[in-house]
Amino acid sequence: MNKGVRKEPSMVKQKELIANHFTRLSKARALGKKVVYTFVPGNLTELLAAFDVLPVLPEINALQSGMRKLSARYIAEAERAGHSEDVCTYVKCDIGMGMTGNVGPTGEPLPEPDLLLLSYTGCFVFMKWFELLRERYKCPVAMLHVPYQGEGVVTPEMTAYVVEQLKTEVIPKLEAVTGRRYDEARLRAALALSAKAEDDFVWVLDSAKNRPSPIDAYFGGVYYIGPIFTAFRGTAEGADYYATLRREVEERLAAGESPLTPEGQMGREKYRLVVEGPPNWTSFREFWKMFYDEGAVVVASTYTKVGGLYDQGFRHNPERPLETLAEYCMGCYTNLNLPSRTALIEKYVRDFHADGFLFNSVKSCNSFSAGQLLMLREIEKRTGVPGGFIESDLVDPRYFSEANIKNRIESYLQMIEQKRRGTTEFREQSAESPAVSRRERNGEPDGDGGRTPPIPPKHGGFREPT
Amino acid sequence: MTLAAVIAEIEKLYFDIDLDAVAAWKARTHQKAIGTLPVYVPREIVTAAEMLPVGLMGAGAQIEIIRGDAYFQSYICQLPRSTIELALTKRLAVLDGFLFPSTCDVIRNLSGMWQLLFPDTFVRYLDLPQASGAVAARYHRRDLEKLARELGDLSGHPVTNASLASAIARHNKNRAVLDRIYELRAKAPWTFPTREVYLLLRAANLLDVDDHTRLVERYIAAATRENRPVRDHTRVVVVGAFCEQPPLELIQTLEAAGCYIVDDDWVLGPRWLQGPVAPGADALQALANAYLAQSVASPLKFEPGIRKGDALVETVRARRAEGVIFCAPSFCDPALLEQPMLEAALARAGIPSTAFKYAENLGQFQVIREQAGTFSDSIRLWGAA
Amino acid sequence: MKGFVGIDLGSTTTKAIIADADGIVLGRGITNSRSNYQHAAAISTEEARIEARFAMLRRALLQAGGANELHEKLFVALQHRFRLEQNIAQLDRLAELAVAETHAATFHAHNGRFTTRVAEIFSEMRRRALSPLAPARPSEFFRDDAISQFSTLAIAGADAAISFETLMGIFDKAIVAIEGERLDLTFEGHIHRSIEAVANSFGRNAAAELSRAAEAALAEPLEINATICTGYGRQRLPFPKEQIRSEILCHGQGAHALFPDTRTVLDIGGQDTKAIQVDENGIVTSFQMNDRCAAGCGRYLGYIADEMSLGIHELGPLADTSTRRVKITSTCTVFAGAELRDRLTLGQKREDILAGMHRAMVLRSMALLARSGGIRNEFTFTGGVAKNVAAVRALRALVAENYGERTINISPDSIYTGALGAALFAVRT
Repeated sequence: MNKGVRKEPSMVKQKELIANHFTRLSKARALGKKVVYTFVPGNLTELLAAFDVLPVLPEINALQSGMRKLSARYIAEAERAGHSEDVCTYVKCDIGMGMTGNVGPTGEPLPEPDLLLLSYTGCFVFMKWFELLRERYKCPVAMLHVPYQGEGVVTPEMTAYVVEQLKTEVIPKLEAVTGRRYDEARLRAALALSAKAEDDFVWVLDSAKNRPSPIDAYFGGVYYIGPIFTAFRGTAEGADYYATLRREVEERLAAGESPLTPEGQMGREKYRLVVEGPPNWTSFREFWKMFYDEGAVVVASTYTKVGGLYDQGFRHNPERPLETLAEYCMGCYTNLNLPSRTALIEKYVRDFHADGFLFNSVKSCNSFSAGQLLMLREIEKRTGVPGGFIESDLVDPRYFSEANIKNRIESYLQMIEQKRRGTTEFREQSAESPAVSRRERNGEPDGDGGRTPPIPPKHGGFREPT
Repeated sequence: MTLAAVIAEIEKLYFDIDLDAVAAWKARTHQKAIGTLPVYVPREIVTAAEMLPVGLMGAGAQIEIIRGDAYFQSYICQLPRSTIELALTKRLAVLDGFLFPSTCDVIRNLSGMWQLLFPDTFVRYLDLPQASGAVAARYHRRDLEKLARELGDLSGHPVTNASLASAIARHNKNRAVLDRIYELRAKAPWTFPTREVYLLLRAANLLDVDDHTRLVERYIAAATRENRPVRDHTRVVVVGAFCEQPPLELIQTLEAAGCYIVDDDWVLGPRWLQGPVAPGADALQALANAYLAQSVASPLKFEPGIRKGDALVETVRARRAEGVIFCAPSFCDPALLEQPMLEAALARAGIPSTAFKYAENLGQFQVIREQAGTFSDSIRLWGAA
Repeated sequence: MKGFVGIDLGSTTTKAIIADADGIVLGRGITNSRSNYQHAAAISTEEARIEARFAMLRRALLQAGGANELHEKLFVALQHRFRLEQNIAQLDRLAELAVAETHAATFHAHNGRFTTRVAEIFSEMRRRALSPLAPARPSEFFRDDAISQFSTLAIAGADAAISFETLMGIFDKAIVAIEGERLDLTFEGHIHRSIEAVANSFGRNAAAELSRAAEAALAEPLEINATICTGYGRQRLPFPKEQIRSEILCHGQGAHALFPDTRTVLDIGGQDTKAIQVDENGIVTSFQMNDRCAAGCGRYLGYIADEMSLGIHELGPLADTSTRRVKITSTCTVFAGAELRDRLTLGQKREDILAGMHRAMVLRSMALLARSGGIRNEFTFTGGVAKNVAAVRALRALVAENYGERTINISPDSIYTGALGAALFAVRT
């Protein structure tokens, strides 16, 4: 591990973008800006920008609270108010934050919503979440029902349904809240900028196909997706960030460098992994360290696709503005059925030459977690690559058992290592089972079918020495 | 038919986890059967395709779960585990297809698991609309049309406007008798014990709709003839158990603890649509419109412009209930996320409530008995919990 | 001779194995895991070393005169005496520490009387230990034996001025102190006096023969070439990373060594349950562990034992007497006690409830096994719960119901499985 901690321009830029967004949110009221709350999967950032409204993404607030070690307090607050310990901790973290002043990362309260845009994509909890917020804020809700890819496809009927909802529900409500007319030219311009950023973003994701990979597509990836999944898709700053990021990764690739970690450049790449599921945020650094300390790099992840499957070819298309938004919503990873998700991970394992794939199963998120054990088994069967399984949570520190998770990750990586070397080293050395077959080797009779335990009884009666 | 005979029949059906009744129906009619997961599916279309819709509601505590647990983490509810266990132990082999409605993330993902586990079986995920108005009505009609075509292909009996209209009429009758028994029970809960009403509802899962309607009618007639003692019980509404079902013992425990259950949301599927589906020129559109306009208030469907809990308060008042028991399965996202909003509405209306969780295979009821008993006593003695 | 050590630091016991370069086990040791893992590792390794030395001594005896009845008796007597010598050494040191404790200022008013009383108790313990009727106990039980004897004698020895509580307080301090020390309990340190003592009963010739064999055993150096460590405590181990292996890999390798045809391993320990699949070389191909929830682990039985005021080892035999198993569906450790009480109030029999609970616990493991890939071939059951007859019975029944007839291996030495695997990894480094 190279201990020199390096900050690259893209990191500074990313941090600035996100910080500026929270600053402008805290000033939204003073600036006379309208505020819309919405979710990351299937977010309609370009459309919101066309109405000049600012988005607040409650999942991002929750994960930020998790990383700032505030989530435990917020969750406790929500549970005291009657929320079940069984349910999604993003929701409870957000509710608890709301109950304690809704203070954002800038230290100032986040603005209340003028509209809740419930574009619920692949997660039923989103609906309950905004119903809870509707009770609190008593503001209008625009419901956008995004049909699930139950059969693994998006049909023209599904697209038409979403477009119709945009026209009859979402746009009219945005018009009512902002007092502005829908400006399609502005939307098209934003979509063109989106597509540009998406090209660069996909190039960065694809760079992990190289050995060594210049990026970590999960722990590093969650930083890369920040701008494009939130308020900066379809903006010049967003496009600029991805151009910068791409240049840096190009340089790292040319120099044969491995990914950057919080402790500097990662050491030798020993394991290439595909990861499914969101990360844990309360111990994000510790979690990441468990990987890079062992030389494990994540070459592809599904979590970085919850805001769009750009790497599978989707691009926002300014020629068909509403249709492209509809297809975007329906194409997010969370909206794929289990066979499609399974096939995608299988593809990642092959395309990125992974040594293994790991599921981080989070307690909060049934949308991700229900069925993961079957997916794991199925992918193992199809690829012959071993799968690993760990359990944690999004922002509830009670469900991150560091010792347990470290144990599983290390066991998993050692298993990969043993399997990799097994065919050579182990077979040579244990052509016969070492502890057992000494007698057989010596041609002595083997009275109990070679199954004599190598361990003698505790007192006396030691096995015949040779 | 005597009351004892009806009860024997519905008990047998409740414990029929091998679906012997379905096998018998198939042998008799030479038709196919379609398993439907909770909560709402338009059973009328299955009926119109001359197939038997079979309601699947887990396995209660009747079987040990081994394989099912292998597929689910500990923080996921019990129903999908037992459903997988039933399938992998071939107890669902008599079914020719499966419908998974958009109840929650777990049931939705279960549809994908079915696609992976049983690639040769008819599996359909039914994405019920959350949008409203004409847009949703058009979309839903198109989706139902596709479903009708697929089911018609599967059964060999194409669904026609006429066959669907007739099926709707038959299910309307069934809805009417179920409404009636809920009305009657609310008036005289001692005459219609909860255990019997519940078993009768469960029978709807396995019986042909007309057979079930007749059975309910017979039960009403037989139970009305009984002269059962009136007890000094508290009248409560139970909510939260619309998908994974409470064990029968739990249901009995509530009544034994001094609660007359005057409304509930268990086995909600057959009772999802409120009132009859108005027959129109286009039966598919009628069904689609009914879903949009006549769905029962539940955590599963987004209702624009309605305040959460208003419907519950209205039910409590209409049934002259004195309190509400929240009785939801552990790890049930829709029920548990909805609950704080309902509790707030009850508090605003001054209606007492209590809450606990269960799993379908729960084996101990002492704590619940104590809690329900205390709740009931506190209402009777002091008029509030 | 080159020795290769494997250490398995469990939550309750620490196990060590010394193997030779061919992977043949030379000796084993076990001790209670303490707060100090390094100490526990050292003690169990020393125990294993002693066993290895005895093996060498026995070999020397055999080479000298071939196998005969006298040699067998001599050997058993020597081992017995050696344990006794170790115990006496510990007891004497414990007495010293306890007496020193009575000089503390707290007892000033009565210290003379405390000192005398404590010395009397230890003198009696020493007399009993040296009695020909005293059983030979390996030193892993020293603490348990000392506590039980001291407290019995302290009850008898307490009076108005010298309270039982105070005596026990003195004892507790001494026992904590002795566990922090590295007392010499080695083969080298005690074998000669043991031989002397044995000579008293078997005569001079026997003593001479034993001495020669001991010298021969000691003449061969036993150097530790490599140590590999594994187990529950490994997160906090003072071993460098290269010397640590995952317990999953060690269990897989150990089970393979014990039963080479094993393809599936189930380990139910106090804190966790592991289902492991291995290939024909003992290489792990997949594994599953229980999640955060401790349902289905040994801990579950622990709660039940506490609730019934029984020892954990008594549960299995009691459950095994059941004739009508009660159906238990939940294995939630939190509710185990409540469920038990509920059912007892309902008039259900203890053994029938226990039988149900054992089955419910094993059911959880069956799910984990299924998750890891099922039981395709020969199957090995390890861990503390493998010693529980009722759990084994339930497991056999469930395996047969779900996978048909399968060979199920349970080794009486299964507690050493992880350490054995670690030792075999040490051989390979």
